[in-house]
Amino acid sequence: MTQFLSLLLNGLSLGAIYALIALGFVIIFKASEVVSFTHGSLLLLGAYSIARLSEPLGFLLAVLAGLAITALAALLVERFIINRLRGAPVISLAIVTIGVDIILLTELIRRIGPDILNVPHPWGGESVRIGGIGITQNRLIAMIVAGVLIALFFVAFKYSSWGVAMRASAEDGETAALMGIRQGRVSALAWVVAGVLAGVAALFLVGSPTPGVSSAVYATALRAFPAAILGGLDSTGGALVGGLLIGLAESLAAGYQEQLLFLGRGFGEVVPYVVMIAVLLVRPSGLFGTKELTRV
Amino acid sequence: MLSVDSLRVTYGGAVEAVRGVTMEVPDGKVVAVLGSNGAGKSTLLRTISGTLRLHRGRVDEGAVHFDGEALTGRDPGQIVRRGVVQVPEGRRIFGRLTVEENLRAGGMGNRDRAAKAAAHARVHDLFPVLAERSGQRAGLLSGGEQQMLAIGRALMASPKLLLLDEPSLGLAPRVIGQIGEVVAEINRQGTSVLLVEQNATMALGVADLAYVLDVGKVSLSGLAEELARTDEVQRLYLGHGDAAATGPVGRHSRRTLSRWTA
Repeated sequence: MTQFLSLLLNGLSLGAIYALIALGFVIIFKASEVVSFTHGSLLLLGAYSIARLSEPLGFLLAVLAGLAITALAALLVERFIINRLRGAPVISLAIVTIGVDIILLTELIRRIGPDILNVPHPWGGESVRIGGIGITQNRLIAMIVAGVLIALFFVAFKYSSWGVAMRASAEDGETAALMGIRQGRVSALAWVVAGVLAGVAALFLVGSPTPGVSSAVYATALRAFPAAILGGLDSTGGALVGGLLIGLAESLAAGYQEQLLFLGRGFGEVVPYVVMIAVLLVRPSGLFGTKELTRV
Repeated sequence: MLSVDSLRVTYGGAVEAVRGVTMEVPDGKVVAVLGSNGAGKSTLLRTISGTLRLHRGRVDEGAVHFDGEALTGRDPGQIVRRGVVQVPEGRRIFGRLTVEENLRAGGMGNRDRAAKAAAHARVHDLFPVLAERSGQRAGLLSGGEQQMLAIGRALMASPKLLLLDEPSLGLAPRVIGQIGEVVAEINRQGTSVLLVEQNATMALGVADLAYVLDVGKVSLSGLAEELARTDEVQRLYLGHGDAAATGPVGRHSRRTLSRWTA
């Protein structure tokens, strides 16, 4: 029972990180109608920047700089590529983002090399016990920070002008334009927000129990894609639920590895994709996705 | 004042939708544009509101000016900020947003807080039902209420000129009458209106001036009440008169128009 609760808590904290990434993915889709595959390498860029800058700048400044760099990179991708290709087929845009992702990823891997860069989190690698359930401090803080950020995001999405403009443009871009809503600005802001969320996710993904920044972080970041898809690509609530589900599934599959041995070792790594496929078979547009994305 | 000068618009470089249209909307007036499907009414409005590019259309010749400033070549946001706001055809309300959020979206182009508050009060005054339903999802409103929301949303930008694209489309006759009254009231409050309609009875009832578009050209124009009396308009748009008995009338009737019969 303790093991189960422990896996549950750790799964939720991992899921909260996935939810941050998936949220960014979803708002980019809503604002720019692009499935952005650059997200994995943007996240790695954030992690790499924080690790490299923490020696000269100190941890706190390095984190702020890392977030700024990730947000800026996202903004540049939007301004110089996505915004100029407005109106191109969705598939072409998705392939373009894969291209950008590969370029950025290749450069980052070259820079990181075979090393594992250390990020000196002030909270270190210690674990805490809550009623007999163990969790690393990093994951606990991640869960709290992610929870606060996600709550802030939902409040802004519901009540701020940006949120209303964003939802209006997502529903009917031409009419939003007729109302004087500047879609370029809405879209740029969505990428910046997504960049910041990815940066925060990067900060916690490379902390304990993960050893540090290596190219393997990229593979972890990719698991936010099935989270976004299974929640419903155009649903922010879906991204949250999807992220938590994937985190839980991964944690449970890894924890009960012995019992799941008939599926082979390392089943935890593929379980996000298995869950995604299972959900999509039952609900093709995801748990909370709009049934049809065509506009009437 | 809005002026359209020998405007020519093509889609995809080939299809000519508007072929040399010249018209004016004087300050404080309601101007109706009548015409059947494919007459170029929507293209005309897209050109004025700056959304032509989204439909791969292009202005080949001519220009649109508002208060002496060229509108052609500007993006929709800039045009809204100059006081020209369109209510799109088919209402196009944001169905997943609440009524209040729709109004907020309409006010996004309006920088002036005081003007926005005044516009909001005006909308609730014109359409009390929108105040009652403010927290409801807009998609749950009836067709007539949705049209009122679409008009209210456009009014949130405090327009000097309101463009209405077939507001009567798909509505019951009683509701169409209400829309006509609302248009007249909006105009009384000082907003000029360009009303594009297929429903000539309502349009000519509220308009001061009217133009009839036929395959991309102005075929008739003049005072609305005079136009309503011409045989051509009676026959084609108002459904009166005997089709066989009427000869060619109107100022530009090079082509004999005939009623479409199946």
